[in-house]
Amino acid sequence: MHKFRLGLAHLYTFLFLIYLLAPLAVMSGAAFNDSKLPSIVPWKGFTWHWFQALWADDRMLVAFGNTLVVAAAVAALAVIVGTAAAILINSISGRLRTVLYGMMISTILIPGVVIGISTLLMWTKLGGLIFGSGEKMFPFIPGLHLSVLGQVSYIAAMVMLLVLARLQSFDAGLEEAALDLGASHAQVMRRILLPHLYPAIGAGAAVAFFQSIENFNVTQFTRGGKDTLTVYVFSKVRSGITPTINALAFLLICITLVLAVWYEIARRRRARIEAAREAEAREAEARETEAMAEITGAA
Amino acid sequence: MLRRYGSGLTLLICLLVAFWLLMLVIVPNITLFEQSFRPYLPVTEIGGPRDVYSLDNFLKVFNGDTQITLFGRSFAIPVHVLTFALTILYSILVTLICFALAYPLAYYMAKIVNPKTLPTLLLLLFIPLWVSEVLRAFAWWIILALKGPLNSLLLFTGVIDKPVRWIVDYNGVVIGLVYTYVLFMLFPIYNAVQSLDTNQIEAAEDLGAPWWKIHLKIVMPHAKPGIASGAVMVFMLSAGSLLVPSILGSTTSQWFTQTIDQWFKDALDWNTASAYALLLLILCTVFVSLAMWLFKVKLSDIAK
Amino acid sequence: MSAGIQLDDVCCDFGSFRAVDHATVDIKPGEFFSFLGPSGCGKTTILRMISGFIEPTSGVIRIGGQDVKGKRPNQRPTALIFQNLALFPLMPIWENIAFGLEMRGVDKAARRAKAEELLRLVDLPGAADKMVSQLSGGQKQRVAIARALAVEPSVMLLDEPLSALDLKLRQHMRAELRAIQKRTGVTFIYITHDQGEALAMSDRVGVMSQGRIQQIADPREIYNNPVNGFVASFVGENNIIDGTAGPAAGGLAGFDTALGGLRARISPEALGRPVKLYVRPEHTILTEAPGPENAVPVTVTEVSFEGAFISVLTQTETGKVLAAEIRNDGSATVPAIGAKLYASFSAERAALLPDATVRG
Repeated sequence: MHKFRLGLAHLYTFLFLIYLLAPLAVMSGAAFNDSKLPSIVPWKGFTWHWFQALWADDRMLVAFGNTLVVAAAVAALAVIVGTAAAILINSISGRLRTVLYGMMISTILIPGVVIGISTLLMWTKLGGLIFGSGEKMFPFIPGLHLSVLGQVSYIAAMVMLLVLARLQSFDAGLEEAALDLGASHAQVMRRILLPHLYPAIGAGAAVAFFQSIENFNVTQFTRGGKDTLTVYVFSKVRSGITPTINALAFLLICITLVLAVWYEIARRRRARIEAAREAEAREAEARETEAMAEITGAA
Repeated sequence: MLRRYGSGLTLLICLLVAFWLLMLVIVPNITLFEQSFRPYLPVTEIGGPRDVYSLDNFLKVFNGDTQITLFGRSFAIPVHVLTFALTILYSILVTLICFALAYPLAYYMAKIVNPKTLPTLLLLLFIPLWVSEVLRAFAWWIILALKGPLNSLLLFTGVIDKPVRWIVDYNGVVIGLVYTYVLFMLFPIYNAVQSLDTNQIEAAEDLGAPWWKIHLKIVMPHAKPGIASGAVMVFMLSAGSLLVPSILGSTTSQWFTQTIDQWFKDALDWNTASAYALLLLILCTVFVSLAMWLFKVKLSDIAK
Repeated sequence: MSAGIQLDDVCCDFGSFRAVDHATVDIKPGEFFSFLGPSGCGKTTILRMISGFIEPTSGVIRIGGQDVKGKRPNQRPTALIFQNLALFPLMPIWENIAFGLEMRGVDKAARRAKAEELLRLVDLPGAADKMVSQLSGGQKQRVAIARALAVEPSVMLLDEPLSALDLKLRQHMRAELRAIQKRTGVTFIYITHDQGEALAMSDRVGVMSQGRIQQIADPREIYNNPVNGFVASFVGENNIIDGTAGPAAGGLAGFDTALGGLRARISPEALGRPVKLYVRPEHTILTEAPGPENAVPVTVTEVSFEGAFISVLTQTETGKVLAAEIRNDGSATVPAIGAKLYASFSAERAALLPDATVRG
């Protein structure tokens, strides 16, 4: 590649990274500015004040708690459903597979507004069918449980894609070997298939968790007056904004960074261990060849 | 399947998938469909003589004209139709900008960057993806403010001599949507380009093809499924976004999802909201299918 | 401990394709039995039917005298060694080996002890806590054998387990497999397309083609007295000559060919059927004067020195190519290219064989 164009490519990537990361830096910076409005200009001095205000914001803490509960529920459900779906798709073929797969994938593309309204409608109407027009009760009233179900409807598809990709690298011979050695189907699942899928399931759980935290559209229509962090931040942005939001954003970014770095370190360690093992196998291979040469040499 | 997992597990797997597809996807959407044809009535009248199916909810789209000027001529057009058209139009614009921004970087990541620095680069790119959408929109709200850092910077460097109002018309919405969804374009294209055999590029170079022709004739055709899936994702997410238009919208911008939200939250008319949501779903699907047919891409390509 | 296996008129269809066609075989307890044949001949299907992954379309399979119809793989006293070994990559070696015991509810200490014992048996002491990815090809092989032995099967089924190894190691592992089989006394059923493997290790070999078992016999018999053309040419090399058989007398028959009248052995089954003459290159002798019988004048066209023997290609006057092998005993003379010689072979060493066994 031409030197000039190569330089240009590096520069472009650098600028792109700035474009992606600068807004986050600006937002974090504003958390420490002693100004009533969230901004980094004009700089009015460093303060921890907004973090204290954040800690004192009870509604925010409740919303934060709700978010975690919802995200955990979504992650659990989406992982179970998504893994089952991936296994199903992986073991069927033909037209049925195409139809089911298409249906699952399309859930990712359905606008959140549609998911939110349709989920709310179905469950409340179902309540209407069961209880008539009388007092409706859980789970047929709007609430965060409906947010969970609505979110699972498309996040499960993301988990499915991750698990399916991993499944395709799975050697079905391992299942047969385990069956042949006397394992039951449940034991094969628990000891052979699921351990192989764990990395994808873990990634799927993480994706589901963060997607749930992010979700606004579905939650907005189903939450029934309860707050999640996203909804709460949204209402704050629309009404009176104070830099407490920035303090919150800063903390979230820090958590994300820590998790990301931790993940990367773990990944590198695993890669190192695997490389060491492969080196050992190569060594054993070499010794074996040598030993063979001796045997045939002596004979 | 039965042979592979035994009857108990097979049944469990099928039940789980059935629960997902039926209870979380199909039946809710059928309910949405059914409700969209019913009028909005007080509780006591539901099931009464006035509770009949009609197209009234859908026809509300055509209520209330507004004037627009296009190519120097004035038209009367229903407000909601205009909103919808603009939503589609600006979503297309967002998709195009995302492609223009993401393609060079995707190519860089797949074919140019040192494989040792790639994990770090990926990590940096993933960070904004993990930060929630509302905060990303909020960040731009800060940056684009009249007295915000962008204007300060431009004033300081002398590019402009008085603050610019950035959030006018649909500017803020487009900027926000591009920032929020550009990574959804980047990763599919990156995956697609990565699977291209580098020898093909070198062969083309060796045969004397200029760099732009290599991209046009070799890289882009190979990456078409990735580009298509990125484009469909960005388009659908943009058209369906409610957060970004609400936070970064100006007084003159209106997104179709906001209209739906208003029927739902302000007018409390769930039936009309359903009708509008259905319209959004159907029209977007039709539009995407049309675009896919035009570019000869299949759904199965996209899912890769 | 070890069990015999009977296949009684077993057929297996995949759709309209008949993978195994009326297979009948009686494998004795403690026997090392090989199914030998080209890929697609149905040998793997037979193995998978015995292990229980496929049910036969018709016929009966008995293991240790018991009909195993409807029994799942985990309910049969067989252990399968897979072609790619199918070791569990996420478990350490000892857990791999003890997996079958774990499934049977054996407690951990006992499992560990058994795994260590088996590792000693397969000559891999000290590997218990390694991972699969740390092992060489030969070591993985041994672990796979140990894993199968751990469940104390009556029958071991081996699906070309040596095919991934390089030549030298493969030859070494043959001897070791044979030794393990002798030591444990377990019935081994071995699938391979490599005639050398089958002949070297087995007590008996079943040669298969197109779903049918063509011949079942001990290795010497298979090589020296193949029942038909397929077996003769799949196991070892042959000169094949077309012609028409005359009347037989005392197990020999005249054979009219373009090269003149020849004589060769003929079996009662081959009588009255179209046959060809098969004679091995190492039984084809090149001499300057015509030999006592079956002498054909030839011209030497190609000579290649292979070390232990010298391979010579010749051409008859009709253009037919005949191959001969001269054992290199240290004093053998290498014929010159273009030399006019006689190729001859004893009638006892040549056989008139039909193409393949046709049912009916």
